Amino acid sequence: MNKSTEQDKTQQEQQSDAVSSKPSNAKVVKKLLLIVFGMFGFGFALVPLYDVFCDITGLNGKTNEVAVEYTADGIDTSRTIKVQFITRTAKGIPWQFEPVINEIEVHPGEVKFVKFYAKNESKRDIVGQAVPSVSPGVAAEYFQKIECFCFTQQPLKSNEEVEMGLQFYVDLDLPKEVTTLTLSYTLYDITGSTDSSS
Amino acid sequence: MTTDVLNDQDSHGSDHHDDSHDHGKMTGIKRWLYTTNHKDIGTLYLWFSFIMLLIGGALAMVIRAELFQPGLQIVEPDFFNQLTTVHGLIMVFGAIMPGFVGFANWMIPMMIGAPDMALPRMNNWSFWILPFAFGILLSSFFMESGAPNFGWTFYAPLSTTYSNGSTAFFVFAVHIMGISSIMGAINIVVTIMNMRAPGMTYMKMPLFVWTFFITAYLLIAVMPVLAGVVTMLLTDTYFGTSFFDAAGGGDPVMFQHIFWFFGHPEVYIMILPAFGIVSTTIPAFSRKRLFGYSSMVYATASIALLSFIVWAHHMFTTGMPLFGELFFMYCTMLIAVPTGVKVFNWVATMWRGSLSFETPMLFSIAFVILFTIGGFSGLMLALTPVDFQYHDTYFVVAHFHYVLVTGSLFSMYAGAYYWMPKWTGHMYNKTLANWHFWCSLISVNLLFFPMHFLGLAGMPRRIPDYALQFADFNKWVSIGGFAFGLSQLIFLAVVIKCIRGGEKAPAKPWDGAEGLEWTVASPAPYHTFSTPPKID
Repeated sequence: MNKSTEQDKTQQEQQSDAVSSKPSNAKVVKKLLLIVFGMFGFGFALVPLYDVFCDITGLNGKTNEVAVEYTADGIDTSRTIKVQFITRTAKGIPWQFEPVINEIEVHPGEVKFVKFYAKNESKRDIVGQAVPSVSPGVAAEYFQKIECFCFTQQPLKSNEEVEMGLQFYVDLDLPKEVTTLTLSYTLYDITGSTDSSS
Repeated sequence: MTTDVLNDQDSHGSDHHDDSHDHGKMTGIKRWLYTTNHKDIGTLYLWFSFIMLLIGGALAMVIRAELFQPGLQIVEPDFFNQLTTVHGLIMVFGAIMPGFVGFANWMIPMMIGAPDMALPRMNNWSFWILPFAFGILLSSFFMESGAPNFGWTFYAPLSTTYSNGSTAFFVFAVHIMGISSIMGAINIVVTIMNMRAPGMTYMKMPLFVWTFFITAYLLIAVMPVLAGVVTMLLTDTYFGTSFFDAAGGGDPVMFQHIFWFFGHPEVYIMILPAFGIVSTTIPAFSRKRLFGYSSMVYATASIALLSFIVWAHHMFTTGMPLFGELFFMYCTMLIAVPTGVKVFNWVATMWRGSLSFETPMLFSIAFVILFTIGGFSGLMLALTPVDFQYHDTYFVVAHFHYVLVTGSLFSMYAGAYYWMPKWTGHMYNKTLANWHFWCSLISVNLLFFPMHFLGLAGMPRRIPDYALQFADFNKWVSIGGFAFGLSQLIFLAVVIKCIRGGEKAPAKPWDGAEGLEWTVASPAPYHTFSTPPKID
């Protein structure tokens, strides 16, 4: 590198009378490398940024990931919202997983409690994780979960069965055009990749 | 003037430091392995990209053979997926991008009056890691698990949870390609900033240099993002992270956001140098100066800047808030404005020019018309409401092949014919070259134009079989595909003939051509502009 930089310097000196004050090659390279590393970091910074963005906009039907307090200001009995429940098991998890009731009617601001049934039908112990999604996406931020089995992992022994609770309410500010909400749970097998923090 | 790495060890290369122009070449394979000469490296890039074009093209031939008639005849669906994936990767990262870098290496130092690239040894390295990247990628074809089969866009979870085991090879190949591109881009920026001849101000630079200057910045900005996203993919697949895994709190849609944040600037990386090439050839054969030089520069810069805020138009159907859809739709449509400025300027350059239709000009005119068709279908795809119909159909395939084949590739052919006399010292065989043009022009339209209608009628992309009503069109498309593939062999013949001999080319074979590269002899001496030229 040294030799060519030296030569480039002479090169530059030859030219310096005509084109004034060019920075040295090394300086430009350093600056460009800073951009490169900065953008590499930016790629990873997009991950938390994306979560923030989703929280704000309700993009992708993401709902709250930790429990919220009930904060609604009364119950709006003039509106009735149909909330449907869908469950799905991801590839490779041999569980039976379904809502106890398929749909329920609620008024905005009203707290409801529903149950989901799960059974480990395999011969091994499995830790499951349910991931919720609300559609239409715009309604996601108005669907508030006070208590949900999806906040924790579900370890089930072989042939063990369980009823899991979900307590929720729909926010009063739910856009007028939304009359039906669909809450979908996908159940994943996370045995082996479990950690105690969640 | 550059030094050779091996100077001290190699006796016959003992005196590279003086100003004489005709030595400094080593003999045999060593010349190419150890070279730090921008012309040698440019040649290597160009040959490499042409070989990749043929390999990627061969994969496409198998795809078209399978799609020649409905039903499954030749390949298994999984292998079909591997073909479409690797075809895309090879063409994007192996044919188009290195092809343009080859042009940049050959022409930029000569156009700005520099003796070589600013960082010649890094230049050598950035080329020579490329064959390894593609070696890794292609070797996966011969492995039990097969080549990547998740599409060139490698969406998670196809490339993580459902990968056939080729993800690691794919990721490492992309990393190496990325490092190569970044080094190449840094080299180009430093060269343009520091090596211009005295008097060559930024606004006096040839437009090809300008477009590559901006392209290099795009590369520096987005290739690291690509490196980041494939790294996340790697750790998701093999190390248990959950960037894109919903089970662990990640989000597969986020993959698409990060990928397309790289991906959209990437498409301009593949077209801006093309703009530069035709902005060189059209004035030469119109015998007029380029109309609106500074507006061209600003248009290129605005396209580059806008490219960072339009990425989500690739993912309208993933479910976005209405505001997001409108924002990305309007931003995308805004890009049509600077692009329109460019097309206007090319046409205005030809207007009342003294036109002649040598092969580079034919390719350039075809570029302007066919690229504009590709641009218009892009504008249609930008409209959110109709995109829901076009998404993932052959309409999209038609669109990006019009901009990449009749756009980028045709511009490279225009550039190759334009500068071939300078590279080889011989005129190419004009009859054969015109055959190459007309065969390519007719077959490429037979190949890609009916795809628009297939897409509008609902034929999905990336599927090895199709409904019976698409059979006739697909037959014609396949015939066009085979003809286009064969036509490219004519180009190979032209190049080989031109290297071996032919009519001796003068220093400036085109009477309308302008630029410093035409002030040196043909073929260009091994070392040019050891003393900077004076520019007034």
